[in-house]
Amino acid sequence: MLLIHCPYCNETLPELEFTYAGQAHVVRPEQPSGQSDEQWEEFLFIRANVRGPHYERWRHFHGCGRFFNAVRDTVSDKFLTTYEADAPRPDLSSLTERQK
Amino acid sequence: MNAPVSSFTSGALVETSAARISKAPAIGRLSLRARGDLAPFDAALGVGLPLSIGQRASVDGTEILRLGPDEWTLTTPVPRTAQIEAAFAEIYEAHPHSLVDISGREVTFEIEGAQAAELLTLGCPRDIETILPGQGRRTVFDGVTVVLWRDAEDRFRMDVWQSFAPHVLALLDTGCRELAAQSH
Repeated sequence: MLLIHCPYCNETLPELEFTYAGQAHVVRPEQPSGQSDEQWEEFLFIRANVRGPHYERWRHFHGCGRFFNAVRDTVSDKFLTTYEADAPRPDLSSLTERQK
Repeated sequence: MNAPVSSFTSGALVETSAARISKAPAIGRLSLRARGDLAPFDAALGVGLPLSIGQRASVDGTEILRLGPDEWTLTTPVPRTAQIEAAFAEIYEAHPHSLVDISGREVTFEIEGAQAAELLTLGCPRDIETILPGQGRRTVFDGVTVVLWRDAEDRFRMDVWQSFAPHVLALLDTGCRELAAQSH
């Protein structure tokens, strides 16, 4: 079972307390009505499907209830980091450096 | 699975040499969501809201547990709920928040005995030992969200939503008897 660090509870807890919530940093357009069909398609459906470190959202469902972001390697299933939902996207090179 | 609420009588429900499960008497429960400056809420309650997740505070029979960054649950004797609601209504204009009476939503099971902590490991994936006596957490028990209060090394309270309670109790019942059988 994966152990996931919740940045709000500041505890590392079993995966079963969490739910996955898709790719992170997908920004909703400020003027939705000004979007073309292609741009909407991009926003709603097109995801990166990364092989390697993936920025994604998780929710501490059976706990504090908060959504937060994580960087997980989709090959090894290892979490590189987790961070609060409104925090800036962490730099990937510093994360992979820390793993070594 | 659709047992009515009244099927739980207050008092002991299961009792073996491993642990004893009983249903706690009815109690007032309030859910508080607030953010920003917490001082006015502390003043209205008469005690500081606990500042980190899992910590508890208590005043005059009211217990407060922090569940999340902006969420607390309060348990209190039933007549106190109206007083707390009135005190919070007074500060609502200046400090918007949400205070909801959830007394009817949950039942509380009291779990005590030498193997109480081990019994909880049957449905709870997290390490029970990380919940210290005097703390509490919202966690999961066999797929059901529960609030677990640890009152002492071998004494817990578990708040469960009414509709899940028969399922949770059935597992606790089986576990109690299994643990008792193992120790013979």
